[in-house]
Amino acid sequence: MSNKKNYGMVIDTRVCVGCSACVYACKSENGIPEGYCRDWIVQETKGIFPKLTMENRSERCQHCDNAPCVTYCPTRASHYAEDGTVQINRSRCTGCKACMAACPYDARYVHPEGFVDKCSLCQHRTEKGMKTACVSICPTGSLNLVDFNDPKQEAQQLMNGKLVYRQKEHAGTEPSLYWISASNKPGA
Amino acid sequence: MSHGQNFSRRDFIKISSIFLAGSSVLSYGAMQAFSSHQSTISGEFGEKVIYSICEHCFWRCGIAAHVRDGKVYKITGSEHHPLSQGKLCPRGTGGIGQLYDPDRLAHPLIREIKGGKQYYRKATWNEAVGVVAEKLYKTSQVYGPSSIAMLHHGFGVSFFKKMLSEIGVNKIAKPSYDLCCGPARQASVLTYGYPSDTPEGFDMKNSKYMIFFGTHFGENMHNTAVQEISEGIRRGAKIVVFDPRFSTLAGKADHWLPIKPATDIAMIQGLMHVLISEEIYDKAFVEAHTVGFGELWESVREMTPEKVSAITDISADAIRTVAREFAFHAPAAFVHSGRRTNWYGDALQRLRAILILNALVGNFKMPGGVVAFKKFPLVQPPAAHEHLAYEKEVYSKYPFFPNDEPSNTIASHEIVQQAITGEVKALVIYGVNLPETMTLGRKTAIEALEKVDFMVAIDVLPAEVTGYADVVLPECTYLERYDDLDNGRAFRTPFVALRQPVVPPMYDSKPGNQIAKMITDKWGLHGVFAPTVEAGLNKKLGLIGSSLEEIKKKGVLVMPETDLYRKPGEPLNLNTPSGKIELASEQLKKGGFSAVPIYTAHPEPPSGFYRMLTGRKPMLTFGRTANNRFLGDLATAKENEVWVNQGIASKHNITNGEYVHLKNQDGVISEFPIKVKVTERIRPDAVYMVHGFGHTSAKLTWAYKRGASHNQLITRTEIDPAMGAVGFQNNFVTFIKEANA
Repeated sequence: MSNKKNYGMVIDTRVCVGCSACVYACKSENGIPEGYCRDWIVQETKGIFPKLTMENRSERCQHCDNAPCVTYCPTRASHYAEDGTVQINRSRCTGCKACMAACPYDARYVHPEGFVDKCSLCQHRTEKGMKTACVSICPTGSLNLVDFNDPKQEAQQLMNGKLVYRQKEHAGTEPSLYWISASNKPGA
Repeated sequence: MSHGQNFSRRDFIKISSIFLAGSSVLSYGAMQAFSSHQSTISGEFGEKVIYSICEHCFWRCGIAAHVRDGKVYKITGSEHHPLSQGKLCPRGTGGIGQLYDPDRLAHPLIREIKGGKQYYRKATWNEAVGVVAEKLYKTSQVYGPSSIAMLHHGFGVSFFKKMLSEIGVNKIAKPSYDLCCGPARQASVLTYGYPSDTPEGFDMKNSKYMIFFGTHFGENMHNTAVQEISEGIRRGAKIVVFDPRFSTLAGKADHWLPIKPATDIAMIQGLMHVLISEEIYDKAFVEAHTVGFGELWESVREMTPEKVSAITDISADAIRTVAREFAFHAPAAFVHSGRRTNWYGDALQRLRAILILNALVGNFKMPGGVVAFKKFPLVQPPAAHEHLAYEKEVYSKYPFFPNDEPSNTIASHEIVQQAITGEVKALVIYGVNLPETMTLGRKTAIEALEKVDFMVAIDVLPAEVTGYADVVLPECTYLERYDDLDNGRAFRTPFVALRQPVVPPMYDSKPGNQIAKMITDKWGLHGVFAPTVEAGLNKKLGLIGSSLEEIKKKGVLVMPETDLYRKPGEPLNLNTPSGKIELASEQLKKGGFSAVPIYTAHPEPPSGFYRMLTGRKPMLTFGRTANNRFLGDLATAKENEVWVNQGIASKHNITNGEYVHLKNQDGVISEFPIKVKVTERIRPDAVYMVHGFGHTSAKLTWAYKRGASHNQLITRTEIDPAMGAVGFQNNFVTFIKEANA
């Protein structure tokens, strides 16, 4: 196996409390303008009182291996990076929003300066060996940055024996974000 | 405002915006700090990192402030500090929103009267502290030191406490005792012989079974506790939540038991009944280490699961299941005491019930059970002046009020009442926004503020309380100052932490340590404080063989992990009269109270009204964050909502997302409307709203008119007759549709 990275995330919704520390950490790390964010919290409650279930999730760009945003970008601003992530080259971006229409995860927004922006998986940090801002701050340890090329197979170890899903797999996007379901029994 | 009061010495003044940061020549422009428009991604590298401690809640996590071009651009968790371990809650990240708040108080202000009209004028520091020094001194001379009182909230208060002690004033209250942690503290003193601490003494990460009553970690983002609960979940711990509301923590629970509000003591008695009647409690432990078992059993003998079920609206089967599982997992199991423990007038007994329930399963000082974390043993230098007599004085009339806490010698509601009766003539208010603090509700608080002869407010923002002050002293934020050393937090690894300035004070604001020194200097009392705060800190650190220079590097000195667990056969030697855990308390009995916790019924909501429950959002800490634009930016943080059960919403013909006014049982109508959240997540007999919204001060330009004030709707309180806590959950509200409001 080469030294090439293939980054993604394993997100443990069993412990996520939806506190939004990840959102604020991202906003200050990446200088996101007021009113916008690159990651966000979903709190999903199902059932009828008093039989209820809940899942909290910190969502963001899924850094798909088969990314519709890359396919549909007319200027090749959206592209696959060497580290397995999807990135945007701002100088090529015309703000046409084709990528936003194509993205099944609604992960992008138009920056007030005219280009489209989204989660970069903190490439400026990972390339220096640091974890993303959201992973670093997360008090519950719900967020895990993983390298699928890692010989120690950290991602597999995190997910082993648990109910894990990917979002909208039917879209064929091959997302790099894996979710440990909140419906797992304790200690699964 | 109630200007029509028969005797109001002062009117509420809207602070002119020319005295606030927004229009100050030194204004940095708040937005720039966090909406950087640079197109290249900032590297983190080359920026300065300074370790300090947070002030967004009492937990006081370690923070790392990252400074670039003289500006703090982000705050992360300190990897050195035991309470943060590199992680941080959303509020902690939001310090930049306070630091660069354009509404900050920028100058000292003095109240003036001209032509019958009251207004503030900008003053120099010398003038403003001169007025404060003179008024406090004269009041003390004319009426005696007990005519002056201080209400405080925040870690920076130590300097003002010391300052006041120099003129013999030690009538000091922290409202958080009455409203939040007081009952847990005193219940622990009475039952285990020591006060409860922060973090609370539960070995969460090693626990297999955690029971919570109403407390909602995850919405309460107490960093370390949330980290340890998460670790527990990963290791397979089971969680049980008794809460009328499906909280975030309830969402993680094996059993969510939507208990009827105000019946917790009955539930705990029922759980005790099962443990004892089924003989699954820890008999050996109870025999060796507790007193009063017989009396306890007599008090719960009749509280069968069936009887308790009828009171609490939880099935008898569920009560048995929880009790049996609790006993099965013990001693690696606990019932958490919670944090805001004052709900009704019987909070001390409710908390005693929780601690007794723990004792029955023998989890005391056992892995995964109840533990006592240790504090860093800091050596206090000898005081410049001895004031032992008033240092030890307790002014509270409540028999089980703490007598060992110099920063809290009277309940805050007692000060409020004494201000109204005239016993207290002058108030020093440090960081307490009294009109929005739940002490006795808004109306009573304002009455007290209007009656006192003199009031000085020391604050960062033009909170409502500052509009009633004679002098407003703008303190700089926690990111711009030193405070005293923090060894007030107990943990697995005892530690002492430093608050140090990350950037210099902005505008004409000053650190509390300088303000207090300026006032004592005006009194001619030199040498009360060290010549500089740095010198004082360095001297204290020298006594433990360290230095300011050393602690500045990591912001904290940490001791090795302590042994938290008891050994077999070891006596507990507790500081209770019996030396053991007191299931029945002789002390309480002698004071005229029940020796064991007994359930009593609380008032029910009138027809068409619902019990008003409160809590918080994870990214907000009530007053501290109310005006924080950075934290307020998320849609979920912008306003509070009233949670209404689906069936109740239909009955009142209100729909999700619409705005209503709330009206309480005494006819008080919320000043501002509140958004309705129709949900399955709450019982039909209660509604829920987050505290700390609905601000009336237009100078809090972000917080003004956002959501509705919970505090305004509190017109009934029940005070715990034993220890003086204020319960306010016997307030009930109904809905007024916008068109009818």
